[in-house]
Amino acid sequence: MMEEAGYRDPRAVAALLRAAKAEAASLHRPLVLMEVCGTHTHAIAEAGLRGKLAPEIRLVSGPGCPVCVTPVGYLDRAEALARQRNAVLCTFGDLFRVPSSTGSLERLKAEGGDVRIVYSPRDALRVASENPGREVVFLAVGFETTAPTIAAALVEAEGAGLSNFMILPGNKTVPMPLRVLAGDPALRLDGFLLPGHVSVVTGSEAFSFLASDYGIPSAVVGFAPTDVLAGVADLAAQRRGGRAGVSNLYGRAVTPQGNAVARAAMDRVFRPESSDWRGLGPIPESGLLLRESLAHRDASRLEVDVPVPEEPAGCLCGEVLKGAVEPPACPLFGTACTPDLPVGACMVSSEGTCAAYYRHERWRLAGGAA
Amino acid sequence: MCLAIPMRLVEKDGWEGTVELNGVRRSVSLMLLEDAGVGDHVLIHAGYAIGKVDEEEARLTLEGLERIAASLESGGG
Amino acid sequence: MRASDRILLGHGAGGRLTRALVKDLFVPLFSNPALEALSDAAVLPAWPGGRPALTTDAFVVDPLEFPGGDLGRLAVCGTVNDLCVSGARPLWLTFALVLEEGAEMGLLRRCAESAAEAARDAGVQIVAGDTKVVPKGRGDKIYAVTAGLGSVPEGRDWGDHRVAEGDALLVTGPVGDHGATIMACRHGMAGEGLRSDVAPLNGLVEALAASGAQVHALHDPTRGGVLVTCHEVAERAGVRIVLDEEALPVRGEVRAVCDLLGLHPLSSPCEGRALVFVEAGDAERALKALRSHPFGTGAARVGRVEAGRKGASPVAVRTVSGEERPLDLLSGAELPRIC
Repeated sequence: MMEEAGYRDPRAVAALLRAAKAEAASLHRPLVLMEVCGTHTHAIAEAGLRGKLAPEIRLVSGPGCPVCVTPVGYLDRAEALARQRNAVLCTFGDLFRVPSSTGSLERLKAEGGDVRIVYSPRDALRVASENPGREVVFLAVGFETTAPTIAAALVEAEGAGLSNFMILPGNKTVPMPLRVLAGDPALRLDGFLLPGHVSVVTGSEAFSFLASDYGIPSAVVGFAPTDVLAGVADLAAQRRGGRAGVSNLYGRAVTPQGNAVARAAMDRVFRPESSDWRGLGPIPESGLLLRESLAHRDASRLEVDVPVPEEPAGCLCGEVLKGAVEPPACPLFGTACTPDLPVGACMVSSEGTCAAYYRHERWRLAGGAA
Repeated sequence: MCLAIPMRLVEKDGWEGTVELNGVRRSVSLMLLEDAGVGDHVLIHAGYAIGKVDEEEARLTLEGLERIAASLESGGG
Repeated sequence: MRASDRILLGHGAGGRLTRALVKDLFVPLFSNPALEALSDAAVLPAWPGGRPALTTDAFVVDPLEFPGGDLGRLAVCGTVNDLCVSGARPLWLTFALVLEEGAEMGLLRRCAESAAEAARDAGVQIVAGDTKVVPKGRGDKIYAVTAGLGSVPEGRDWGDHRVAEGDALLVTGPVGDHGATIMACRHGMAGEGLRSDVAPLNGLVEALAASGAQVHALHDPTRGGVLVTCHEVAERAGVRIVLDEEALPVRGEVRAVCDLLGLHPLSSPCEGRALVFVEAGDAERALKALRSHPFGTGAARVGRVEAGRKGASPVAVRTVSGEERPLDLLSGAELPRIC
């Protein structure tokens, strides 16, 4: 399975592209598909698939970048923990440059805040054991792929009696926002390309409600160009045949039932709760808060003054995250908001929709060559 | 939304594992994947193995792609 | 005075400890007449001719020692390479260190030894130096600053002003090794084939020059890797650079580290590679010369220069399928990411 080249075979890409467009053309209207996952957004932009699938197929990007959907208030609270309680913040690199109301973690660090970029929640455990006198707060963001790793770290911290390890809960789960999007008549989505690595944990069956409750076809796909195109062709064929189901096209990694051990770890540590999604607002049962038994590890309970969050003025991140507008429709895109000086989170995360458009598609949109 | 990289499990000691890709090794936690065995390909995310890669499925996908690619050639591009 | 196994503030105070450091450590290692005079400035032998080229660079690296090298080797090679990619033959270097109180003397010795070894490899002399010590907590063990003076031979004119449409772009070996090795060290990864490429390039560059190939410009893709260097050249020369994805040499180990941490090999620094812009008709001759040198065995032709076009990305990569994809500049250092 390490033969990456096979998944990128240009002949297979060309054949799948042709098949997908032919299926869609027979519908006599543009087929609107949403890729939910930011890594897909990035892969699609990198391979230039959006332009190649048009006009028969329109790919719109969904709320699948955990950093982008995290509300500004979360970062504000993290900064307050560092500034007011001298807590050590451990974060994935993804969050480091995301704008908060007053700055960013990058700026906080430059001003003397103790911010450590980690690759794994386990690295944060190590930081906690090396700094026994200080509160070490792991910034817990990410979807079902990441949440079990944080749960495992919490279990390890409990076992080791590492009392200074805490998390700032910000994990989110994917199914409920998909319900919101599937039920939004304004979006008229014909199908969903489902996140491959979330599905490793949830299993493809977790998304069967899209077909049963909304009549919308979906496909779990991997991250190579052929994976994405096979999904597009499958969704077009489902639409044309008047069918709706969940196709698992990422069978090398995803099973119908997913990883039950990982989900059990999540259940042990987290409870589902309503959660704020940038762009979508509060969505019931879409966030993961710590169970009462782990209240002592919940940094959101620590006393700090947090300013009223300020979402950046004029930024259309919210609309972009719903797939309601494409990034160039935002008045700030490419002018006031660039990857160097991002206004909204969608421009800063490498898998944010705006960043992907800016890096890969602005030349195409400008009508020039690559 | 999430990077996960397939790597081969080369050592296992309880919940601690060592995985390898192209001669690069890293230790990972196997807490989330109890039934992984040495020699398996596993998906690594944030220092944890979160899933197994099914080699038979991978082979089938690649064979399918090969057929699709060949159809393009026989179909006259 | 008994030798300390730690750097003390006194090692930077100018007294006996400082003198001992200089006389017992640096002078024997770097040994050359200009240094041994131990006066305030090195008085150099007569100028060998050509135009002088002068450069300086500061070096901080974490970890200080890594597979394939350490701070000392990096500090010498970095300056040697900046000179030789400008067309200069490196001659003399200065070597200054800022030490943190409490740093291990053994670490300092090892870094000094590898600086001396790198200087010997490059055929340059370290003719002046300085050490200062800062209180514990005010530095990170060792920082190094080197400056280098070299001579550009008569008639040699390399630079971005000569890069033009049609040029071929070569690289002298696999890219991204240094950066990937450093990141691997920081994130608990290791592999036998994972080593920094840090090396002095002047021998390789002279072999290239001697081949008679029409070289237009050379660069060492250090910070920001091949990607940043290509963007800089494209901007300065007003051209467009198109890389060939299939031809770009990237070691499997480097790819693995980059995949795991969400980084890109083209943004990963090299410390012993050069990008060569050469007259297209001379590309083969240049490659042959590069490959015949031990530091250039992995040389490859990796791209071409096109005329700059408004509305087109200044740097692009041609993919396996023959399409061109824009390669954008990154906003800052790449950070390990999970998404």
